[in-house]
Amino acid sequence: MIRSITKQKPFEEVLELLNGLDRIFLAGCGTCTTLCRTGGMPEVLDMASKLKEKDIIVTGHMVIPVACDELTHEAVEENQQAFSEAEAVLMMSCAYGVQTMSRQVDLPAIPALDTLFVGKEMGLGRFDEVCAQCGSCVLGLTGGICPVTACHKGLLNGPCGGTNNGKCEIDSDKDCAWTLIYLRLKEQGKLDLMRKYHDLRNHNVEPKPGKIRLPLE
Amino acid sequence: MDRSFKEVLGSGKFVVTSELGPPKGTNLENMIHHVDLLKDTVDAINVTDHQSSVMRYPSLGGALIVKERGGEPILQMTCRDRNRMALQADLMFAYSRGIKNVLCLTGDAVVVGDHKQAKGVFDLDSSQLLTAIRTMEAGKDLGGSDLDGAVSFCAGAIVTPEANPIEPQLIKFEKKISAGAEFIQTQAIYDLDNFKRFMDYARPFGVKIMAGIILLTSWRMAEFMNKNVPGVFVPQPLIEEMKSAPKGGALAKGVEIAGRMIRRIKEESICDGVHVMAIGKEELVPDILKEAGILNGS
Repeated sequence: MIRSITKQKPFEEVLELLNGLDRIFLAGCGTCTTLCRTGGMPEVLDMASKLKEKDIIVTGHMVIPVACDELTHEAVEENQQAFSEAEAVLMMSCAYGVQTMSRQVDLPAIPALDTLFVGKEMGLGRFDEVCAQCGSCVLGLTGGICPVTACHKGLLNGPCGGTNNGKCEIDSDKDCAWTLIYLRLKEQGKLDLMRKYHDLRNHNVEPKPGKIRLPLE
Repeated sequence: MDRSFKEVLGSGKFVVTSELGPPKGTNLENMIHHVDLLKDTVDAINVTDHQSSVMRYPSLGGALIVKERGGEPILQMTCRDRNRMALQADLMFAYSRGIKNVLCLTGDAVVVGDHKQAKGVFDLDSSQLLTAIRTMEAGKDLGGSDLDGAVSFCAGAIVTPEANPIEPQLIKFEKKISAGAEFIQTQAIYDLDNFKRFMDYARPFGVKIMAGIILLTSWRMAEFMNKNVPGVFVPQPLIEEMKSAPKGGALAKGVEIAGRMIRRIKEESICDGVHVMAIGKEELVPDILKEAGILNGS
C-alpha cells in the first residue's frame, strides 16, 4: 500500500496559520496520517487540548475515514452544525486531504501537517520513498530498485564518490541505492545491465502539474 | 606554462597537478598568491567548484585568474548547481576564454554543505557531463541544435580506488572512459599496495591516471578522514607515524609522507602522475614536490 507520509508542523506555526481565528473544526484522517501517527484520533485529541489551552474553541472534531476521498463531503454533512460554528477547518491529514476539504467547504482548510513524500509501508511504523513518479521507469534495468528515488542525487549511471561502505554520504542510516542495485543485479547474474550507459533524463515527460484525461465515453 | 595540459598528458612525463579552493568572498589576494606560487611548479591547477557544497567564488572565475596569470587551469565542474543549459553555457564561456581543461564531477550533496536548504540539481551526472562535452565538440548542443562555433576540451573525471564495494565504482569508471574521459584524478590514496592493485585493473584502459595525494596535517586529521570522508582510508602505520612527529612537527611529517609517496609512485611508475591536494596549505606544495625529488614540475 502506498501512503502519504507526513509530519506535524511545529505548534507555533499552526498558531500562526490560524492567525487569530478562535473557532475551528479539527479533522484527522483514518488512513495515512493515522498510520504515521500524525493525524489519527490520539493526535487529534492532543491537538484539541493544545488549542483549548490557547483559548481556541474546537467546535467539533472527527477522523475522516479517507480524507482525500471525494466522499469527504459526507463527513462534512454529518458534522454540519459544528462546521457552521467554525471559522476554519484545521486538517491533520496530508496535503491531498487539505485540498479535498478545501473544495468541499467554504471555510479555509488549514494544514497542521507537512507532507513529506509518497511512501511505501515497509513494516509497522517504517515508511520509505521508493518512487518519485518521474514518468520514465528504469526499474527494468536496475534490479527493481529505483535510483531516481533511492539515490539522493537521482543518478542513473552508478554511484557517486560519496558512497560509503554501502551507505549514503548524506546519512549513514540511508543505504547507497547503487550498492543495493549492484548487489541485486549481481545476485541475479545481470551486472551487464549496470554497465549500460543511461542517456540524459527527460525531466518533462509529464510537465508539472500532471494532468491526464482519459478518452472515456 | 609553455605546454598545454593535453600536451603534457601526451608527452609521457610524470604529470603533477594541484588544486586551489576559491575564497568565500571577493578578496582574491590569497588565491592569487597561491596561483603565482603554483603556476610554474605544477603542470596544471584545478580550481574547485564549491567544494563540499560550501558556497564560494566560482571555479570559472578562479580558472580565469589562473589563465590570466600564466598558469594552466583545470576547471572543476560539478552537476550539483546547474542544469544542462547552464552547464553548456559555462562550457562555451570557458572555452571562449582559453580554459581548455575540465574535470567532470557529480558534486557533493547540497545537504553536507553550508546552504542545506538549496535545491540540488543533478540534471546530469559526471559521465553525462563528459558526453555533453563530446557532443558540443561535435558542434551540437544537448537539444540537438547546431552550435555556431564548437568547443574543444581535455576532459577528465575522478575515481575512488578505496571505495567499498569497489566494483560499482569500477563500472562507473569504465562508463566515464567510454564517455570520453582522457584523464582520471583519484580520490586520496594512502595504501600504495592497494593502489597498485587498482592500477593493474585500470592500466589496460589506456587513460592517464593521477594518484590523489592529500597532505596529512595531523594524526587527528587522518582519523577524521577515516571516519568521515567516504572512500578515504589512512592505514594505521601512517597514523602512528604522524603521531611520532615531535611537537610542532606534524606538518613537516605530513610533507615528508606525501613526498615519499609521490617519489615511490614516480620511481615505480605506478601511475602517470599525481594530483596534490594541500587543502589550505598550498604554500607547502613546492616543499612536497622537493621532498619527492620533483623540482619545478620537471
